[in-house]
Amino acid sequence: MTEKFETLTSTCVPLPMENIDTDQIIPARFLKATTREGFGDNLFRDWRYDKEGNPIPEFVLNNPTYKGTVLVAGKNFGSGSSREHAAWAIAGYGFKVIVSSFFADIFKNNALNNCVLPVVVSEQFLTDLFDAISCDPKTTVTVDLKNQTITNNSNGAQESFEINSYKKDCLLNGYDDIDYLLSRKDKIESWEKSQNK
Amino acid sequence: MSKQTLFDKIWDAHVVSTIEGGPTQLYIDRHYCHEVTSPQAFNGLRERGLKVFRPERTTCSPDHNIPTLNQDKPISDPVSRNQVETLSKNAAEFGLTLYGLGHEKNGIIHVIGPENGLTQPGMTIVCGDSHTSTHGAFGAIAFGIGTSEVEMVLATQCILQPRPKRMRITINGKLGKGVTAKDIALYVISKMTTGGATGYFVEFAGEAIRALSMEGRMTVCNLSIEMGARGGMIAPDETTFAYVRGKEFAPKGEEWEKALKRWKELYSDEDAVFDKEVLFDASDIMPRITYGTNPGMGMGIHDAIPTLEQIDEAGKISFIKSLDYMGFKPGEKLEGKKIDYVFLGSCTNGRIEDFRAFANFVKGHKKAEDVVVWLVPGSRAVEKQIKEEGLDKILTEAGFELRQPGCSACLAMNEDKIPAGKYAVSTSNRNFEGRQGPGSRTILAGPLVAAAAAITGEITDPRNYLQ
Repeated sequence: MTEKFETLTSTCVPLPMENIDTDQIIPARFLKATTREGFGDNLFRDWRYDKEGNPIPEFVLNNPTYKGTVLVAGKNFGSGSSREHAAWAIAGYGFKVIVSSFFADIFKNNALNNCVLPVVVSEQFLTDLFDAISCDPKTTVTVDLKNQTITNNSNGAQESFEINSYKKDCLLNGYDDIDYLLSRKDKIESWEKSQNK
Repeated sequence: MSKQTLFDKIWDAHVVSTIEGGPTQLYIDRHYCHEVTSPQAFNGLRERGLKVFRPERTTCSPDHNIPTLNQDKPISDPVSRNQVETLSKNAAEFGLTLYGLGHEKNGIIHVIGPENGLTQPGMTIVCGDSHTSTHGAFGAIAFGIGTSEVEMVLATQCILQPRPKRMRITINGKLGKGVTAKDIALYVISKMTTGGATGYFVEFAGEAIRALSMEGRMTVCNLSIEMGARGGMIAPDETTFAYVRGKEFAPKGEEWEKALKRWKELYSDEDAVFDKEVLFDASDIMPRITYGTNPGMGMGIHDAIPTLEQIDEAGKISFIKSLDYMGFKPGEKLEGKKIDYVFLGSCTNGRIEDFRAFANFVKGHKKAEDVVVWLVPGSRAVEKQIKEEGLDKILTEAGFELRQPGCSACLAMNEDKIPAGKYAVSTSNRNFEGRQGPGSRTILAGPLVAAAAAITGEITDPRNYLQ
């Protein structure tokens, strides 16, 4: 069992760069832990802190103006490594939703397996949302998983987003894939026999 | 069942069930496991009181963290040491094969799988590492997974995956002299962009691909993830069969004949339909380098970095940030630019053929004095073969030293870090900010461009030195 995903309304943290890769989300030198905890402290480590470990004031996570559980990022978020540590860092920091016009495949799976919802929106919706946040950092979005909609509350623009019905059920009910697979072990064994595996 | 793609044939043969409106439950033939992305998966098994379902299908080797000097001594970084030791303990507790540090089969997991015959045509192969796509070179469906999925495979030998779309990238024609498999891959990625194949599984085809050795094919498939593809694959042929034959875990005798019969059916049918088809011509491919901070930001070695006007509006912030990080200007040419480090190695270019290419190139030359060169074989077996072929002597005479195998400076989890602000010509797979150490500046290239840089200390067209 993992946590359940609830409908949420939140202010946003904007990262308008494209192609934000997993090495930026969590640099490799922080992958040496053997548990899932603590990665949020090093989320965007090299953009967030200087060499001496002091916060870089220009970086958005160090700017108290921008808060919330929704991260809004440029196209192709999460490219690169398969490290689930990237999803753990984002979840550990407290983000529940990432909004972008495009996500890398492995990252998307990893996020979903950690109850972080990747919401794919159109380029126009994304540009308008960045503009709205830039004009007013108090801009909120509402993400309704049950109805698969995201609303930019500054202009009322709403889009529906895709998620497969199985994964949606998992998130709404707090199930995970391992529970599902374990419940099917007999089927796996009979399949193996049929294949001479 | 006609008109199937290679991908369809293998995928369909591994479907245990399909969830309506959801992913496919896919059976996994081979699971590779390293120290970085597995500890939390083993913890998960312990928390649930589970055993590994099919231990004989998992092979473990530590590679990301291990030092490339003094491997006979304990790892000095206690955190790295703990992770490597944790893999050993987990392998012992759960009854898994481990090629630990110092074992003659130790090495980068994507190098040792193929060289031991564990990777075979027609298989489904996963590992908690995005460069698992390497194994697609054998006509396998191979892709990287996250740690939750590693736990699923350990617990049930299955994962749940949405079925990707299918793309075929055909490279017609012949490669010019001094152009390598790495150049093909960097060329394709820059044309496709770093996210251009996201959602797809890519089959590489065409005369230029067929002409590649298995090492070259592995380089191409390895880098398919760098354009976002779920994986890359190449239909097996006589080159594949000759490589696999006789390897320790390859089928033997009658089993070999049966396997060969099956493997010969692994190709895309003539009329098979792909969701997307892309064609390139090998004669357009020159030795390549990257100039930015993702592998799609690449160019021919004589070309200039794009100007700001050539970049679309949404991409400008990232483009400027990227060039600022690299210390380059829009419109600049990089040929002749001084560099500080050269790295030959990684799951992309750490195989015997890469070392042959590098050694033959530098033979009779001397290492440039002010360049630091790290030559890191992909495995103990590659290291052994380098010595057997006498390549180590050529390298020593030219002023180079070999290090011990591992992932090394590709992602700098061990001590092999490029210092901040320094330029590295690297045969690895990613030029992301800080990838090779905080502040490091990576220029991705093939083994020949790396060799040329190692003797001149500059970005140099290797063809200037070829007869």
